[in-house]
Amino acid sequence: MLEVKDLHVSVEGNEILKGLSLTVTAGEVHAIMGPNGAGKSTLSAVIAGEDGYEVTSGSITFEGRDVLEMEIEERAQAGLLLGFQYPVEIPGVKNVYLLKAALNAQRVARGEGEIPAPEFMKLVKEKINFMKMDSSFLQRAVNEGFSGGEKKRNEILQMLVLQPKLAMLDEIDSGLDIDAMKVVAKGVNSLRDPKRGILIVTHYQRLLDHVEPDVVHVLVDGRIVKSGDKDLALELESRGYDWLVEESAA
Amino acid sequence: MSEEQTFLDALKAREATRDVAEPTWIAARRQAASARFEAVGFPTKRNEAWKYTDVRAIARGDFALATDAEFSRASAAALTLPIEALRLTFVDGIFSAPLSDLSELPKGVTIEPLTEALEANHEAVGAVLGRLAGVDFSPFAALNTAFAEEGAVIRLAPGTVVEKPIILQFLSRAHEQPVMSHPRVLIEAGARSEATVLEHHVGEAEAANFTNLVSEALLERGAILTYYKLQEAPLGDLHISSLHVDQGRDSRFTSFNLNLGGALVRNDIVTDLNAEGAETQYYGLFYAQGRQHVDNHTLVNHNAPRTFSEENYKGILDDRARGVFNGKVIVKRDSQKIEANQNNANLLLSDRAEIDTKPELEIYADDVKCSHGATTGQLDEKAIYALRTRGIDEQTARGLLTLAFAGEVMEAVKLDAVAERVELAVAGKLPERFNLSGLVETAVALGEE
Repeated sequence: MLEVKDLHVSVEGNEILKGLSLTVTAGEVHAIMGPNGAGKSTLSAVIAGEDGYEVTSGSITFEGRDVLEMEIEERAQAGLLLGFQYPVEIPGVKNVYLLKAALNAQRVARGEGEIPAPEFMKLVKEKINFMKMDSSFLQRAVNEGFSGGEKKRNEILQMLVLQPKLAMLDEIDSGLDIDAMKVVAKGVNSLRDPKRGILIVTHYQRLLDHVEPDVVHVLVDGRIVKSGDKDLALELESRGYDWLVEESAA
Repeated sequence: MSEEQTFLDALKAREATRDVAEPTWIAARRQAASARFEAVGFPTKRNEAWKYTDVRAIARGDFALATDAEFSRASAAALTLPIEALRLTFVDGIFSAPLSDLSELPKGVTIEPLTEALEANHEAVGAVLGRLAGVDFSPFAALNTAFAEEGAVIRLAPGTVVEKPIILQFLSRAHEQPVMSHPRVLIEAGARSEATVLEHHVGEAEAANFTNLVSEALLERGAILTYYKLQEAPLGDLHISSLHVDQGRDSRFTSFNLNLGGALVRNDIVTDLNAEGAETQYYGLFYAQGRQHVDNHTLVNHNAPRTFSEENYKGILDDRARGVFNGKVIVKRDSQKIEANQNNANLLLSDRAEIDTKPELEIYADDVKCSHGATTGQLDEKAIYALRTRGIDEQTARGLLTLAFAGEVMEAVKLDAVAERVELAVAGKLPERFNLSGLVETAVALGEE
């Protein structure tokens, strides 16, 4: 469903991604691992459509559509959703507003009507309980004054409500204690579906203990240098990245 | 005939129909006030305090005085805030007993229509009334003093804590000939007393009346008064008001000045911090569209050391609406160790909307902490991006952030019914392109479960 081909991306004239190729198929969980500075966050940012990244060559397609030609909101409406490493605080915008506006935008884009209020409430409450969050949270402003763990839970909650076709999670495990990690992992696992792809970008193996990947890719210096199954993640955990960095430089 | 003459004639006509003579001090004050008004006349743009606000719509008006307070109970109920409260209702300035509710008045509190307070003990009223708002404050204060007959007197005995809010509801009716009213409010908060007063202006959509209100609040040592003004007057109404506050030692005054309605609106708020530890907080929100004009002038006088003031005003202007914010802080020479912070932020939703914002600090002491800031403008682009990554289009994202902009003032509001009402009103007024319909209603419904 997601195909990245020979992607080259520069930030302020520095090339960060240097010919990255990646294919994610529905029903699979992919993990992209790599050392700091390898370009992991750049990949998520470019797919989401953040400003400041220049695609010099290559392509990204999602279900046959050219992602780079789509507006930011069109990408999300099409089912391509990114969970941020550093979720933005949006003072004054209640979580319930964000969820409802986002869900309706998606439905309207699909040619469905807006969600009836009772149905929406039922859905949101169910997901909130699943994420072990208090319902008062809906009336609070998006991420304002949230702890790191709460912010990450909130990202997953948005995924659960919006049910994307491809869920990308950028360093969703950073800064989580073990309890929060388990709740987040439970949320991610509940997203597993034969029709859905999941792309986890992470520096550490930790989350992968709870969410078992089908494919593990190693990103070094702007390219995928190795792909394998879940055992590759374990190998990285014990051996670190240096051996791959050296191999790729050779 | 001069514009002022119409009003002077109306005053004479009223005097001629008065069947019972008023106490001499009242008659004398009316006379002095009317002489003052005649001498100064309506303010013009040459007058610095009225530079941006054209009052000709009032000056050229021909307003009658209402003679009854009839208002159907059903339509009043639809306008009344759903808050359990002690309530006085005025219809075009005339007191309505059937629409008022003073049952369960706690001990230590008196709440009376001005006419009744005068009847009971006019000397007691006269000793305080007008102490803070003299006829020289503005031509409108003079006009109010010349005409004022009705209003409210609220007295809190020392140590009295009133749990329920006290609501002064002002209803405006639609008439063939518009009417004017000059209500007068007096609040005496005894030492360590505590209360919330809410002035609520609302009415029939087609009304085009002139309201000219003057309120005075005296806070004794340690008194705590929260004063809401929820101005959602009909869009044809002309609304002028001034609120004068006098604060004793360690007293705390909080004002929420929320303006959504009216064609021409001018609010003055003046606080005198007269003794150490006195603290005043001003929160303001105005939303104007069409050709609405909203002018807020605030003044804090730091007359004593160790006094504190905070001010946060926000305005949203659409279409060809015009807003004015003038926030003045004066720190007297020996008022050391005071703290005064002021902020005014505005959003313009249309190219033709206009805001004039002016902070004024006059500081004559050297050991003070003062700050002020005024911004017009911009929504947080990062937040817009974050919302768009959730599939929300840019216009809706801007709408959500505009609603949030107003929400920041409303967060401090303790009366949920007021916060909800304002949020719904703001969401309803936001341009259609923002596509927010139904959103706030859902949140309110969820919150109530």
